[in-house]
Amino acid sequence: MKYELPLQLVVQGILLGGVYGLIAVGLSLIFGVMGVINFAHGPMMVLGMYIAYGILVLLGLDPYVSLLLVAGALFILGYLVQATVVNRILDFPEAMQVLPLVATGLIIENAVLLGFGPDPRSPRTALGLATLHLGPVMIDVSRLLAFALAVLITGLVFLFLKYSDVGKSIRAAADNRVGALLVGIRVDRVNNFSFGVGAATTGAAGALLLPLMATSPHLGHDFTMTAFVVVILGGLGSLPGALVGGLILGVAESVSTLVVPATMKQVVSFGLLVAIMLFKPQGLFGGKA
Amino acid sequence: MKRLYVILGSALVVLLLLPLVLDKYLLGIFVMIFFYAYLGQSWNLLTGYTGHISLGHALYVGIGAYTSTYLAMNHNISPWIGMWVGGLLAMLVGLVIGFLGFRFGLRGVYFVILTISFAEISRLVVSHIPSLGGFAGIFLDFKPSFWNFQFRGNVAYYYLSLGFMVASVAVARLLELSRAGRFMVAVREDEDAAEALGVNAFKYSMIGIALSAFMTSLGGTFYANYIFYINPNSVLGMGLSIELILRPIIGGMGTALGPVLGSFLLTPLSEISRAYLARGGLEGLHLILYGVLAILVVLFMREGILVYLKKAIGPLLRLEP
Amino acid sequence: MKLLEVEKLEKHFGGLCAVAELSFEMQEGEILGLIGPNGAGKTTVFHCLTGFLSIDKGEVSLRGRSVKGLRPHQICRLGMARTFQIVRPFLNVSVLDNVMVGAMLRESSLTGARRLAQSTLEFAGLAELSQEKAGSLPLALRKRLELARALATRPEILLLDEVMGGLNPSDVDEMVRLLKEINARGVSILLIEHVMRGLMALAQRVVVINYGRKIAEGLPQEVVRDPQVVEAYLGREFLDAGN
Repeated sequence: MKYELPLQLVVQGILLGGVYGLIAVGLSLIFGVMGVINFAHGPMMVLGMYIAYGILVLLGLDPYVSLLLVAGALFILGYLVQATVVNRILDFPEAMQVLPLVATGLIIENAVLLGFGPDPRSPRTALGLATLHLGPVMIDVSRLLAFALAVLITGLVFLFLKYSDVGKSIRAAADNRVGALLVGIRVDRVNNFSFGVGAATTGAAGALLLPLMATSPHLGHDFTMTAFVVVILGGLGSLPGALVGGLILGVAESVSTLVVPATMKQVVSFGLLVAIMLFKPQGLFGGKA
Repeated sequence: MKRLYVILGSALVVLLLLPLVLDKYLLGIFVMIFFYAYLGQSWNLLTGYTGHISLGHALYVGIGAYTSTYLAMNHNISPWIGMWVGGLLAMLVGLVIGFLGFRFGLRGVYFVILTISFAEISRLVVSHIPSLGGFAGIFLDFKPSFWNFQFRGNVAYYYLSLGFMVASVAVARLLELSRAGRFMVAVREDEDAAEALGVNAFKYSMIGIALSAFMTSLGGTFYANYIFYINPNSVLGMGLSIELILRPIIGGMGTALGPVLGSFLLTPLSEISRAYLARGGLEGLHLILYGVLAILVVLFMREGILVYLKKAIGPLLRLEP
Repeated sequence: MKLLEVEKLEKHFGGLCAVAELSFEMQEGEILGLIGPNGAGKTTVFHCLTGFLSIDKGEVSLRGRSVKGLRPHQICRLGMARTFQIVRPFLNVSVLDNVMVGAMLRESSLTGARRLAQSTLEFAGLAELSQEKAGSLPLALRKRLELARALATRPEILLLDEVMGGLNPSDVDEMVRLLKEINARGVSILLIEHVMRGLMALAQRVVVINYGRKIAEGLPQEVVRDPQVVEAYLGREFLDAGN
């Protein structure tokens, strides 16, 4: 019997880790292309959660169905944020880039607060309470679905970047902005698109998380930091690193509940974050430190 | 320059006389203006002058608030003394963070994340300590007396907070004119170039963070004894960390008057949004406004409103000889 | 008295060897040129000498005192000051305040530092611009500011990294004049330079490096005719064509 609980926790951790990976992929992409750290990433995810919530309540559509709508909405938001704000700060010293994005996150968080109020929402979804049994392990179907979809979306983003024309332009711009400009790539449009994709993935993650946890407007910061941990673990700018990092964090957080109260879980992730920054800032896959 | 001092001096006299004509509610607004100007200035000493950005400054507010409160409630130690204990503790923590950041070469964004991590870890840890009130926090007993740092009405708090604010402006100004301050600015502008000129960048960055942490935590003690309720979220949370940087950013980082100007501009906005749109549901509106303003300032008025104000109004008031 | 002694200096970046077994000396009062094609490792050498990069192997001594492992500000304090290839002025700070940062190294009082800064600015011909923000200066003046700033630290030896790069001929001549004057006042100069006009006018001796190794050393006129040096800069074909 002794291995059952840890095994359960590990599985839970992996499943949630997939979603963490999806959130982090967006952050990593944005950094990889624009060199900018999206401090509004968590609030954008929360916005995704609330949009999915709104659609569920108003139209009765389950988040797994409205996923594309949510992603689309966040894509537009991300595109606009890049076009209006971030494109102008690309050449600013790193320190000054932090502030507008923090401010953007502040705006999003409070817009959600104004729109939906401060109380946490925990809607019932069709698959909300269903569970599967795989041997000794009990799995929430919604968690499994979230994992599967998260990995799928991550895979799609990866393929898109590797094989599509737009994807190639994005990678070119990420690699060498001036060079890309010189060969005629509309780098500002590419940037807008990339931020849009980054925001869309995190919004999608929000939709996937809605059945799993109560939303509240102030969750944003926690998830921005979660995304940071994952991205720094896996290596800034590395997409496979984001996924792997997500899984590692998911498991670490989950397993830590064996020794630490659940509400202290985040101390584990922050501790991990500080440790990595001090000792291996390039992360596991050696991104651009 | 003399003319500027005359103008500031007159403004100060006006501020000193206001309690004679204002009611408790309005005085309370000024207390918040002065308080947030003070906090913002304390942050400014680190970020505005040495260039290391901290997004976890609430940590020091929390240390100040919890330390003086704990000592007062459990050991009957006056917050006037507890304030200094908190300050020293905060300074130590700041030095640890500074050491980790500056010695290990955590620059820019990594340093920001480091500061956030420390603040969040502290918030979570404190939430689990029963003797510090846990998640629910601590309600302070109202025992007004000078030694308890607690007063009836707002007049005393008004003068206290005004004193804090003026003192912080003086500290900033003295720093600007001092050797240490000049070295700090050099580090901000270009750390490597400064090192090449014999400036010990590590030392002056540490001075910056130590001073900043110390001063910020004094504000925490004030807060605890003014609001009478502290909890991990209100004094250690990201919300506070973000709120306290907005005024110096909008007013002007790296200047002695920037945070003050920023606070006079922003704090009344939050009061208006709180009072006139008080259905509770519109509580976040002022923060949206702050966010928009911050973005506009960073994009178009990078040095803050103060500098542009000086350029625009300066000639009118003939501030430059 | 040997002012600067570099012995078998080595610096690697991962698998790449940037500087290997580099040895040379500088005497007091010398102007030594350090030249080589792009990517030869000259700036890396400067970084190693001034503490911006750690030294993997070898020794660097200033007046017999090793500077290995010292931080840049300590090395500056010992008397070795440098400028950067791409100028790095404190942009938001006035010209005078820029130089004061350097001056404050040796002057403990602000008044003393200001006086030193002002006289240094006068010497460099920048006195009228002392209240201007450094960011508003054009390149040629920024280079002079960078020089003045380093000079204000009262160095014994000044390391100049392409201080004449991007200057027009008359600015180059002006810079040469300034540097000769600085040298006359007792400051030794080690300069990395591509601008031959300036180099030939100033350097008393020249060290040539390529791929991190010394390939020639001697009087300027000799060195520029050394076949190995010509090949390094212009390639084998040129050398062969000449024969």
